Amino acid sequence: MNVVVLGATSAIAEQVARLHAARGAALLLVGRKPGRLAAVAADLRLRGAARVEVRALELDELAAHAALAAEAEALLGPVDLVVVAQGALGDPAAYAADPAAAAAVLHTNLVAPASLLTAFAARLARRGAGSLVVLGSVAGDRGRGSNFAYGAAKGGLALFAQGLRNRWHRTGLHVLTVKPGFVDTPMTAHVPKNPLFASPERVAAAIVRAADARRDVLYVPWFWRFILLAVRAIPERVFKKLDL
Amino acid sequence: MAPVESWGRIRAEGAARPLWWRDDPLPEVEGTMLPFGRGRSYGDACLDQGGTLLLTRGLSRFISFDEATGLLACEGGVTLGEILARFAPLGFFPTVVPGTKHVTVGGAIANDIHGKNHHRAGTFGAHVTRLELLRSDGSRRVCSPAEHPELFAATVGGLGLTGLVTWAELRLKRIPSAFIRWETVPFENVDAFFELSARSDTTHEYTVAWIDCLARGDRLGRGLFYRGNHAEAPFRAGRRRRPVTVPFDLPDAVLNRLTVKAFNALYRWRNRGAGERLVHYEPFFFPLDGVERWNRIYGRSGLMQFQCVLPFDRGLGGVRGVLDAIARSGQGSFLAVLKTFGGLPSPGLLSFPRPGVTVALDFPRRGERTLALFRELEGLVLEQGGALYPAKDLVMSPRMFRAAYPRAPELERLRDPRFESTFWRRVTAAEERP
Ligand SMILES: Cc1cc2nc3c(=O)[nH]c(=O)nc-3n(C[C@H](O)[C@H](O)[C@H](O)COP(=O)(O)OP(=O)(O)OC[C@H]3O[C@@H](n4cnc5c(N)ncnc54)[C@H](O)[C@@H]3O)c2cc1C
Repeated sequence: MNVVVLGATSAIAEQVARLHAARGAALLLVGRKPGRLAAVAADLRLRGAARVEVRALELDELAAHAALAAEAEALLGPVDLVVVAQGALGDPAAYAADPAAAAAVLHTNLVAPASLLTAFAARLARRGAGSLVVLGSVAGDRGRGSNFAYGAAKGGLALFAQGLRNRWHRTGLHVLTVKPGFVDTPMTAHVPKNPLFASPERVAAAIVRAADARRDVLYVPWFWRFILLAVRAIPERVFKKLDL
Repeated sequence: MAPVESWGRIRAEGAARPLWWRDDPLPEVEGTMLPFGRGRSYGDACLDQGGTLLLTRGLSRFISFDEATGLLACEGGVTLGEILARFAPLGFFPTVVPGTKHVTVGGAIANDIHGKNHHRAGTFGAHVTRLELLRSDGSRRVCSPAEHPELFAATVGGLGLTGLVTWAELRLKRIPSAFIRWETVPFENVDAFFELSARSDTTHEYTVAWIDCLARGDRLGRGLFYRGNHAEAPFRAGRRRRPVTVPFDLPDAVLNRLTVKAFNALYRWRNRGAGERLVHYEPFFFPLDGVERWNRIYGRSGLMQFQCVLPFDRGLGGVRGVLDAIARSGQGSFLAVLKTFGGLPSPGLLSFPRPGVTVALDFPRRGERTLALFRELEGLVLEQGGALYPAKDLVMSPRMFRAAYPRAPELERLRDPRFESTFWRRVTAAEERP
């Protein structure tokens, strides 16, 4: 199996990569920091990966995406799985003074992933095989004051993935949208931990299982599906007063 | 996410900062800090109440492995379970493993842990070839018996106080198969244990005994002796059972003299005629890992472990005294472990293992009654010139600590000034408890 991991130094992506390495996959890791990519790559090789290639790349640069998809095939051969995991949380407190910061969050979490998905989807669909795994978030299920740009981006990304799923369904291309709840990662390092937090290992195991089973949407841990069902059901009139 | 707590269920009070990358600097925190692995220490050696715990779980990468020499370099938060899962099928095994595989390499070094093969292999630290230490002044030092030997000796068994072990290099040993030829021999009392142990240590790589902590009189110290060697033929791994998890704290009433007695009887009976078996290494080394979070059977109030080593040169009287005090109290839970330590020197300044016999068992934490027993046991150990194991300890007095660990002042000198533990504050306190 040939696997491309975009945002490979993110904690969830790294754990997903470990599970594929243990199955003997060949991997291409893409991320921003060469030193960290090298550390992850060495680990994956020792965990049983058939091959690990790394590319240090600024994934916000849309112009590089088509070439990256082509390069992935040239390096690995036909790609079976693409994990789109790059992301950034942003800080709503900074947006008022710097509206571009809000737009940058949309770019990193929606525009760039959408461009990457498009580039890879076309290639995978031509072969009529493979899976795209998109890391969304439960934050994308409802707009909230505490992270409106991030939430909007993740919500948009989920819609985008849904559209891709619909468009390519007949070709055999599979698209999995993952909606993790709170995960204990560097992104949430500043958030006090509570029992709702899940470990990246647990989330990764669920993602791999869901991708194997070719599911459409995965809430992880599972209870978030019900929490979000309730959250979405709250009328706007009430919700806006809740200060979430 | 479970709250951060030690295995005896002492909750961490203070901040916790997860670490993710070995080349990152230490986080900037107020006050003191202490590395925290998987919290498989029972007491307060892995806690820094009021300070900040550095959670090493994210430092879990393998770095390099050399098949020719068996040298594995990995980050400090890698667990022995992860090493086993990857390298046992390739024919390599950590030279020393404790009774649970859910411990990190950093934690194993900091407590210089021992296994069932102490008589042959010594401690974990004896097989650590190099490590990197990150100190609070931002400096990084690669330590080994040759480079910064003082700091190396202080870090092995150094209770996490000399800095953060970001990575370490260990020597794995070759094994012919993932299976153990495991023999169980029942014995009737302590004397029989010593005889069996002396004989078995020459023929078997792994030896340990489970004893019935309630038996008294002629039967004092009766139990089952386990001994094993790696099986030669490359047997195929059988089906692995998924561990069951204790889902919530059990009420205190579940554990009492009656259930313990029943358990001991059942355990003896079930294993009595076992003789020699061929088993996968998991049930042999990690019988308790079959039940995840088994510490919850002790309820919210948790448990305390008592583990001491008593030197051989004082004869058997000391062991009898300790076992008798435990049996008399009737507080011990389930099984006690008895094992002889060999003469191989530990590389650490503060390593616990030393020639003698070690006794370990769990007690439900039930306030003053339990404390009184621990004080009595400490007195017996002190009298015998023995030592208590910091990894398991919650109540040892400064006097006991000074007697058992005479080189503690050397560690204090090499300690990172910002690294501290609740254990360390307690055992180095000037005044004695009333
Ligand atoms: C069921 C069970 C069976 C056991 N059997 C045995 C046994 O047979 N033999 C034995 O010797 N012990 C045994 N133990 C104890 C256990 O092996 C030790 O407590 C071990 O150190 C726990 O490792 P940990 O990773 O959980 O570390 P923690 O308990 O989290 O921490 C232990 C110490 O290591 C330090 N530390 C952790 N990581 C680092 C790092 N990266 N750098 C520097 N310091 C660090 C901490 O500060 C602390 O001082 C057992 C424990 C259990 C629960």
